[in-house]
Amino acid sequence: MGETVNGVAFAILAFASIGGAVGVLASRNVVHAGFWLLEAMVAVAGLYLLLSAEFLALVQLLVYAGAVSVLLLFVVMLTLRRREDAVRPLDWSLSGAVLALLFGSMIYLGIANFDIPVAEMPSTVPDIAALGEILFALDGGWVLPFEIASLVLLVALVGAVWWSKEDEK
Amino acid sequence: MSPLLIVVLRVLAAIGLMLANGVVLIYMLRKVLGHLHVRLGPMHMGPKGVLQTTMDVLKLLTKEDVTPTNVDKVLFFIAPALVFVPALMAYAAIPFSETWRITDLDTGLLYSFAALSVIPIGLLMAGWASANKWSLLGGMRAAGQQIAYEVPLLLSVLPVVMVVGSLNMSDIVAAQSGLWFVIPQLPAFVIFAIAGLVELNQTPFDMSEAESELVAGFASEYSAMKFGLLFLSEFSNSFIMSAIGVTVFFGGWMIPFVPAEVMQPVAPVIFMTKVYIGIFFMMWIRGTFPRVRIDQLMQLGWKWLIPASLAWIMITGLVIKVWQLGPGAS
Repeated sequence: MGETVNGVAFAILAFASIGGAVGVLASRNVVHAGFWLLEAMVAVAGLYLLLSAEFLALVQLLVYAGAVSVLLLFVVMLTLRRREDAVRPLDWSLSGAVLALLFGSMIYLGIANFDIPVAEMPSTVPDIAALGEILFALDGGWVLPFEIASLVLLVALVGAVWWSKEDEK
Repeated sequence: MSPLLIVVLRVLAAIGLMLANGVVLIYMLRKVLGHLHVRLGPMHMGPKGVLQTTMDVLKLLTKEDVTPTNVDKVLFFIAPALVFVPALMAYAAIPFSETWRITDLDTGLLYSFAALSVIPIGLLMAGWASANKWSLLGGMRAAGQQIAYEVPLLLSVLPVVMVVGSLNMSDIVAAQSGLWFVIPQLPAFVIFAIAGLVELNQTPFDMSEAESELVAGFASEYSAMKFGLLFLSEFSNSFIMSAIGVTVFFGGWMIPFVPAEVMQPVAPVIFMTKVYIGIFFMMWIRGTFPRVRIDQLMQLGWKWLIPASLAWIMITGLVIKVWQLGPGAS
């Protein structure tokens, strides 16, 4: 019973996330593409939930769905001069085809040459406190990568502010 | 009972609570605003007008559902659902008493905020799909201010989480059996209250629907029950925000100096009363304060609330550390 329910849920979520990604590429309206991206992100949050990674799923929802995609849509809507500009023609040019071919072959080679790591699910799911302890343990923890990541974001933030200041003059 | 049936019943209970809340809150808003303006508010339907919103719901249900010609049909149709569903989801983690809740999540607080954070997408979608400059402006304002204020809102509850050491709403309530967090965490509560009002698009921060400027903003092209859903979610969100505030800062279902066993039978009533008092305060603010400008709002958020909440997190962290090293070291 549990297996089937999980399988069905996985099928729906996998279809939704891949379908969302296809939707991003296939829709000619940039605003629709933004909403498809959002759908893909929510579906991925659902996949995390299926793996019992509750915290990760919520952060995915909060950060990627709730903030990143809203920001993206916001910028798209803000920069569109006219509503009709949202619909873009498909690019059938040669450079596009070459780029698509390169990307496709890169992904194919990646899948063909490297084994995709497969891990067993642990029998008991660690709770959030355990996650925090692993992340911020003094020895062998992930404090340094965490701090480096936040520093990179801070640099990006300062850069953005500086950039917009230059623009004003 | 089969577990599936229980889940279905719980979801139905949440929908019922949400609808009932909507009807009661709209009546309450009209009455409270009326009396604040020295008017009577609705008086004709039923005694003191109590049936007014029931009639309004019936009216909304039977009205023609108009779809304007130039709207983005698919998005126009999805947007009310995208606003309504997260609003309903947010009910799942609210603890009405020790046993009365829909689920008991370890990450309850985060879950509620995650659900609320999806709502601006629906507003943005509604604004865009309406193919109307005012609607688009309203939707963008809603999204902009909710994105900006999500940061201080989340940061403002973080000190409480640090003190409790858990994101579970029941644990947070249990930690307040001695003292409500509103007293030691007063700065955090002030930030929470302001950021919460902005998140709810409530006056004095209701630029996204500002009637005099934007003709109801993102909702202006919607009619019949689609409009009803947008409106209902808005009222339901003020319930959720008040419930989070009560849980985190005002001891949830508990009353100080009364042992938990005594209150157990009436705990949900106490909780609901507290939540409605919180909502009454929101309506009071709504009836008395003028709207602020959007640039003032953004300045307040980025330049004052975020630094203040970060500073308060630092102070709370230091106090906890000193406590752990000193008196609480045993």
